[in-house]
Amino acid sequence: MNKIWLIIQREYLSRVKKKSFLVMTFLVPVLFIGVFGLAGYLVANQNEFGDKKTVQVVDESGMFTNKLRNGNNIEYSYSTQSYATEKAAFAKSGRTYLLHIPASLTDVQLYSEKKASALTIQNIETELSDIAQTSRLLTAGIDTAMLTKARKPINVEARQITETGEKDAQTYVAYAIGFVSAMLIYMSLFIYGAQVMRGVIEEKVSRVVEVIISSVKPFQLMMGKILGIGMVGLTQFVLWILLSLILSTAGGALLMHSNTPSAPMQMSQMQHAASPAAAMAAAGQTPDPNMTKVMHSLQSIPVTYTVCCFLFYFLFGYMLYSAVFASVGSAVDNETETQQFMLPITLPLVFTLIISMNFVIHNPDSSLSVWLSMIPFTSPIAMMMRIPFGVPGWQLALSAFFLVAGFLLTTWVASRIYRVGILMYGKKASYKELIKWFMYKE
Amino acid sequence: MISIRNIVKQYSGHRALDDVSIEIEQGKVFGLLGPNGAGKTSLIRIINQITAPDSGEVLMNGQKLGQEHVSRIGYLPEERGLYKKMEIGEQILYFAQLKGLSKADARARAKYWFEKMQITGWWNKKVEDLSKGMQQKVQFVSTVLHEPELLILDEPFTGFDPVNAELIKNEILELNKKGATIIFSTHRMESVEELCDSIALLNLSHKILDGKMKDIRNNNRTGTYILKYEGAALLPSATQPFSILSDTELDGGRQLTLRINAGNKVNDVLHYMLPLATINALEEIVPTMNEIFIQTVSKAR
Repeated sequence: MNKIWLIIQREYLSRVKKKSFLVMTFLVPVLFIGVFGLAGYLVANQNEFGDKKTVQVVDESGMFTNKLRNGNNIEYSYSTQSYATEKAAFAKSGRTYLLHIPASLTDVQLYSEKKASALTIQNIETELSDIAQTSRLLTAGIDTAMLTKARKPINVEARQITETGEKDAQTYVAYAIGFVSAMLIYMSLFIYGAQVMRGVIEEKVSRVVEVIISSVKPFQLMMGKILGIGMVGLTQFVLWILLSLILSTAGGALLMHSNTPSAPMQMSQMQHAASPAAAMAAAGQTPDPNMTKVMHSLQSIPVTYTVCCFLFYFLFGYMLYSAVFASVGSAVDNETETQQFMLPITLPLVFTLIISMNFVIHNPDSSLSVWLSMIPFTSPIAMMMRIPFGVPGWQLALSAFFLVAGFLLTTWVASRIYRVGILMYGKKASYKELIKWFMYKE
Repeated sequence: MISIRNIVKQYSGHRALDDVSIEIEQGKVFGLLGPNGAGKTSLIRIINQITAPDSGEVLMNGQKLGQEHVSRIGYLPEERGLYKKMEIGEQILYFAQLKGLSKADARARAKYWFEKMQITGWWNKKVEDLSKGMQQKVQFVSTVLHEPELLILDEPFTGFDPVNAELIKNEILELNKKGATIIFSTHRMESVEELCDSIALLNLSHKILDGKMKDIRNNNRTGTYILKYEGAALLPSATQPFSILSDTELDGGRQLTLRINAGNKVNDVLHYMLPLATINALEEIVPTMNEIFIQTVSKAR
């Protein structure tokens, strides 16, 4: 036990003392916020970045002339000439589109040299329908005030009702937290797992392993490495969480005072809430009532509970996968040879992430979601996606139990391959070989 | 000190060790010899408990080898292994602690050894900044730091210049004098002759020769002598108590290489030669370990 502790210490300190660790710890959140902010900004302002499209309208119905609204990247001009003349002149006119509206309003056509973009077609359709609708209603004798009133949109507020009372459902916030934490787990499994693998290869290639194995058991070395690097990961996450809390408190304080004119940031809450910090940072510039609401719901989520679950699923998911990573590292002589063994690791992770993002997040309580959050190889990602939506205690407990059991089993299998692999040089390992190694007796 | 009993080690496809038994005496320098692929590394790994044998056992002072023996063995593997990016001082302390030394003890002893090996200035250097010979020195220090009773040295002199090789050799002999038993594996037979008390020779997973160096060399004597004489060239005759291997002219005299016939003694040679020539010198050619090695191995094949 004492020796494992020594190994953990070495693995931990040798990584934490590196400059790259500090850089990662402080730069990643900044980058993260930056990337989300930029993406949000681009999405919100996408109209400004597109080319200006010009549409020549030949309106035979007379209903639309001078009524179509110019958008950021679309500009309408109206022709007094006949459709046939315009059509003949179109190719040379330099305009992007030619819109032909027959008097009957059926068979409206949009011509262009290149294929028209779906978005543009949709925009024009909406615009036309809107105007047509209004004008039809007016013709029917409904006055404008009535019309505006009738058009008022209705917002749905999702609320949860349980035995203990009712509260805001905060669906968007749950969505964001699930999305971000599942993504973080996915990335960190790869990042830290690969570190374990690289560490094993380094020891094998430099032959340090032979010296160490003459002092400790292979299993101790493997576990020491996995735990040491796991603690590096935990340290990093705890630092990130602390940083986020500090930033969000600061951001919150800023929000109370700031009255900066609303920046054009109409990002969805989902993107905003990438992390509380991101939300706060962005919110600092956008003090509109919606954002304040999001902030409120962010403050009311069970932070401790979510963070604890996250750390648990990160830690055990990481240990499970890194044991596999370690055995892969032990089977090869250099990093390029790892390719052939990476598929069984990558496949379940990528599969889970895709399913989680496209299915689990929309159906957190469906049986597929529950199953995925039970299987140890998929549960770290799938369960983190579900947790913000509320997971029954027994499911959480069962999933945690399976994950720990899965970790123990995987580690046992991996360590049997590892103990043989680290002493094999120059031999190209195949899956068949790995099975043989596994079967070797002590 | 170490009893290796009927060790069998099977790898997929081939048997690395087949029923190998060796006794290693306390306080001696023991040479473990054999051509490449004979099974030396496999045996060393078993003594170090890096791998376990399929059958057979290794006893240390009568006890079956276990975790408690780890701290009493020091191992210098043939392929040197150090963490490239770790500082040397830290690394030495780490390995010593893995062998069960306390950090303070390890530090004090490391200081002593660093001074002895004239490497005091290297404490904060990284391994990747050192030359190969320098790395060897560091590795040697980390092998002996915990004062093991049993030192296993696999090719300890490779990578050293003659000066440093001498330094290391003297350290090994000093440790031996202080009571450490040494298992010494090498291909360099002249250092075997210089250092070893006993040897075992492995070939193709089998032990084909072992015993005290002195005995082995005696047993491998072929009765070959060099006789320097003055006079006419010797003519072969039936009464000669030896066969002539060569007879050449050398520096005005002649040099005869002969092999004594079975049943005859050196005296018989002299008796025969005295009336025929003036004898200047007679010297036995004792086979070198190198010759014994090559002979035994090729005979086994």
